[in-house]
Amino acid sequence: MSTSKINFELNGEPVSVSTIAGTRFSRVLREELGLTGTKIGCNAGDCGACTILVDNKPVCACMMAAQQADGCNIETVEGLQSGRSVAKGNLQQSFLRHGAAQCGICTPGMIVVAEALLRRTPHPSEQQVENAIGGVLCRCTGYRNIIRAIVNANVQEEAPASYPGQRANSVGVPIIRLDGAPKVAGSDLFAADDWPDDALLARAIRSPYPHAAFSFGDLDEYVNETDGVVAVFTAKDVPGRNCFGVIPEFIDQPVFAESETRFEGEAVALVVGTADDIITLDISNLPITWQKLTDVTTVTEAADERAPQLHIGRANNRLTGGYVESGDVESGFEAADVVVEGTFTTGFIEHAYIEPEAGFARRVGERIEVWACTQAPYMDRDSLAEIMGISKNQVRIIPSSVGGGFGSKLDLSLQPFVAIAAWHLKQPVKMVYSRTESMLSTTKRHPSSIQSRIGASKDGKITAMTFAGMFNTGAYASWGPTVANRVPIHACGPYRIENYRAESAAIHTHCPPAGAFRGFGVPQSAVAQETLFDLLAEQLAIDPLEFRVRNALANGLPTVTGQRFDRGVGIVACFEALRPHWQQAIRNAEMRNESAQGTPMRFGVGIAGLWYGCGNTSLPNPSTIRVGLRDDGRIVLFQGAVDIGQGSNTVISQICADAIGISIDCFDLVYGDTDLTADAGKTSASRQTFISGKAAFLAGSVLRNKLLTICDAPLSARLQLNGNTLLASVENSTWTVQLDRLPADQDGFIATAEETYDPPTQPLDKDGQGEPYASFGYGAQMVELSVDIALGVTKLMKVTAAHDVGKVINPVLAEGQVHGGIAQGIGMALMEEFVPGKTNNLHDYLIPTAGDVPEIETLFIEEADPHGPYGAKGLGEHVLVGTAPAILNAIRYATGAVIRNLPASPDRLLAAIKSK
Amino acid sequence: MQQSYERPNNLDEALALLDQSPRQVLAGGTDVYAALGDHNSLGHVLDVTAIPDLTGIKDVGDHWRIGASSTWSDVLAANLPKSFDCLKLAACEVGGIQIQNAGTIAGNLCNASPAADGVPPLMALNASVELSSANGRRVVNLKDFITGPRQTVLAGTELMSAVLVPKSDERSVSSFLKLGSRKYLVISISMVAVVLEPGSDDSIENISISVGSCSAVACRLRDLEAELKGCQLRQMSRLPHATKFFAPLSPIDDIRSSGQYRLEATAELVRRAILLCVDALR
Repeated sequence: MSTSKINFELNGEPVSVSTIAGTRFSRVLREELGLTGTKIGCNAGDCGACTILVDNKPVCACMMAAQQADGCNIETVEGLQSGRSVAKGNLQQSFLRHGAAQCGICTPGMIVVAEALLRRTPHPSEQQVENAIGGVLCRCTGYRNIIRAIVNANVQEEAPASYPGQRANSVGVPIIRLDGAPKVAGSDLFAADDWPDDALLARAIRSPYPHAAFSFGDLDEYVNETDGVVAVFTAKDVPGRNCFGVIPEFIDQPVFAESETRFEGEAVALVVGTADDIITLDISNLPITWQKLTDVTTVTEAADERAPQLHIGRANNRLTGGYVESGDVESGFEAADVVVEGTFTTGFIEHAYIEPEAGFARRVGERIEVWACTQAPYMDRDSLAEIMGISKNQVRIIPSSVGGGFGSKLDLSLQPFVAIAAWHLKQPVKMVYSRTESMLSTTKRHPSSIQSRIGASKDGKITAMTFAGMFNTGAYASWGPTVANRVPIHACGPYRIENYRAESAAIHTHCPPAGAFRGFGVPQSAVAQETLFDLLAEQLAIDPLEFRVRNALANGLPTVTGQRFDRGVGIVACFEALRPHWQQAIRNAEMRNESAQGTPMRFGVGIAGLWYGCGNTSLPNPSTIRVGLRDDGRIVLFQGAVDIGQGSNTVISQICADAIGISIDCFDLVYGDTDLTADAGKTSASRQTFISGKAAFLAGSVLRNKLLTICDAPLSARLQLNGNTLLASVENSTWTVQLDRLPADQDGFIATAEETYDPPTQPLDKDGQGEPYASFGYGAQMVELSVDIALGVTKLMKVTAAHDVGKVINPVLAEGQVHGGIAQGIGMALMEEFVPGKTNNLHDYLIPTAGDVPEIETLFIEEADPHGPYGAKGLGEHVLVGTAPAILNAIRYATGAVIRNLPASPDRLLAAIKSK
Repeated sequence: MQQSYERPNNLDEALALLDQSPRQVLAGGTDVYAALGDHNSLGHVLDVTAIPDLTGIKDVGDHWRIGASSTWSDVLAANLPKSFDCLKLAACEVGGIQIQNAGTIAGNLCNASPAADGVPPLMALNASVELSSANGRRVVNLKDFITGPRQTVLAGTELMSAVLVPKSDERSVSSFLKLGSRKYLVISISMVAVVLEPGSDDSIENISISVGSCSAVACRLRDLEAELKGCQLRQMSRLPHATKFFAPLSPIDDIRSSGQYRLEATAELVRRAILLCVDALR
């Protein structure tokens, strides 16, 4: 291997390194120089996460030959923190103030391109910023707050968010995210950013076909004869059970396929060796023989009785189904004056977080420790224990910072691979998925094929609805049962429908497993239901918003599962908050259409309502949170909920601080680690604010009582910590306790509290009747757009989103969830479709860029939930549910075309316009 | 795998190296590394970015010479006549700013993607390419240089040393439209470049129209050009839509679009691109 020496200036310091010829410069920065602030999202110039400055110009370090750095002035995110930047740290501060960093994986790339712009243009326009950041993808924020942060970097402004500081109350305050500083500095450690020096590197061998049989040649000989390869592991090396899954009754996925693969990209073996050798190893020499078998990729093919069967005991490839029935559908349709129906389809959708899966494992005696990106550390622990054939307490999961998850990082990916290899080799083993590998092998949103029929009477009341949804669940169960259960409960939308029948089925195909993705099937069902609602409103000549209000749920009205809520049903309030915006938007659209006569531009406005149940469906779903006061005067919050960018670290701390009644700046966080923090459940189902937040509230309340007892102060006392002095005060009386004089436990705690919260639910009966969720969140969204009817091109102008979150714990973080959900809804409506085998990269699979997300106006409604902490409900998934249908309804307003097959790409939209 | 990396600082040395053995020519790296995948190495590399002879965008009498290592950002920054607007507009739409700062025009042509952003504008500008080797140099018209998807007439011993653009009438204007499913970082569904030279009487003296992403190699719409030559500018709002003018296109169905849509959208893009030129003359 030829190496050469290169010399350059790096963040102001001269550097000299020798490097392998032709190496990507990003690898030199990360591996040789340890500057892991430069992230790798795709190695193809599609995401911009690796952007650095070369002689003041932004370039992608992943596509720059290391030798080309010779003699250059190189600047990375680490060098832009203070002083060197024209903005002198203003930019990073502005990112924090505006909530411009969520998970933080794109943040270094964004900071670098923004820095280059600000050096030339200290006060850029929004358009200039969009052009500058157009080459950096973000999947969390929806870009609008990034744009605001850059536009305002050098502006003295009233801060939208502030540092914790000393404060009496935290709930409702836009506190800057507590874990934000390392994200904007480039020092946050994501899964590919940290590993032991002696770690070996692993690479998976994966099926080239959707369905294949295979057999290995002599693997021992291969290991002996291949430089740098230490071992090859296959199914026979799995110490415990070669099977995993997320729902106990449906566990079916092998770590390594044993003789047959069921989707393209399924792993059959793991090659482990020294990093430099493994990274460029030509794996085509591994002795393996493939035999391609007949595959089925659609639910129609798979449900055919002659189709190959994927799993024993799942006849006709049916994994499971869901069912909800109430009232009398037949008589409901008889009472209808108008009936509409339709068939709608959506495709696979890729999560497209910018951080591909990564991590490492090490064996510590008879225990295995895994550091990786995950949304569910305790589920990982339990699952790995089974795979490894060891007890749960022999497994330790340490979540890295997570560069986006959105549901896919709930499932195991590389954790079993590195754990098995490290266990056998007794040496740390790391693995980093390539973008292609990530897209090939991890879960997707379920494709859907939905038939629905809805009837209404002349006065605009829904009389009946039927719904039948087929979901392509791919090769393995993953979260397919959850989607199948959740959809029939939600497919009616946030409306009172007396006569209702909904069924769903999850069908196996030879496609990647479809699992959890923000909304668990509900975004797909909302497309059908909200489109049909608009058609009904039109036939009845009733305003679409008014039609929805007439049918909306309210306190005391039963849902389709017969559940009634006495308080907290905020859907009407959401629609009413939109009403003035809606009326103005219709006037604007009509005016614009008037003046656009003779041009191909058509303007439209559309609306959609949404609801979403927080937490598991009719299943236990507890979170446990521990908090304590140490003798040094610090409150330590043991917070096991994984913050994947949504802000649970901050929100749960805010809730706990107010429950104790103490300023949030007294808090230290001990973050998710199965050895240190209790199980706070998985980060999914929009449950962390609601459930873990409630557990934090309860633990905080108990600790407050203990502290008041220590002070001997009355219940109404205000608490304060001043160094290691605890003060309790009521008007003119103050009680003071010196903490270092009190007995402490071995970890220095004076008092601790640990509380568990499990939201009350009831199982569903055979007709789907029961109480599946303790709480629903509600929302309504409105979209204004234009369509160029000669090209079928949609341009979004504005989204207005009203969401009932019960109580806004942190306005900036909550707004971030709204923006991010809308951006993903835009992708689903207009551009995203994962085609297995064809779109395994970020230039064939398109997600929205900075130019594709319009202005977003957020309106929060606070109809307090009886269970949630301070009345708060979940929000994360809800937002995405309404966006696509609102866009489709606006397209129909503009053009008359009904889009039934998503996405509404230009070719499909033009065809729909022509065929209407 | 055998590896080497040469980064000569003069053209003769580079050509001598190519003469010895075939090498992966590397400039901005935006196609080479994107195609490499995560687990491969480049083999024998000839990095041409340190060769002064290949830099610069210069007026050389009857034509413009764009050095082969000129990046898209270099084109954007260059002081060029209005007929080059189509190339500058294309430069703004190549990837993001990071790609524009690294990727080269010559690399875009040598990579020969059917969706290469640089090809339609340069074809409409009647560009040629200069190919150098140890045995001398030859000039090949761009339309003859690219022979198929990812195929060119470039020999293993040759290096593209410059893109040559003949000077057009100084009144000429040009336009470029790219259609994709999102705003930035998008591979086109279709794109159109038009260069229009007006006559003295508000008519079209010369027009060249080229289309990318709708055939194996981007192509000119010669019949339509001939039909429009001599027409009055004000007639351009009613463009002939006859399918025969689009016969050179053979668009395929792929993940970005149906072929049928490409054809329909391209006709509309051509109409709009011509109108943009007419507007630019006002």
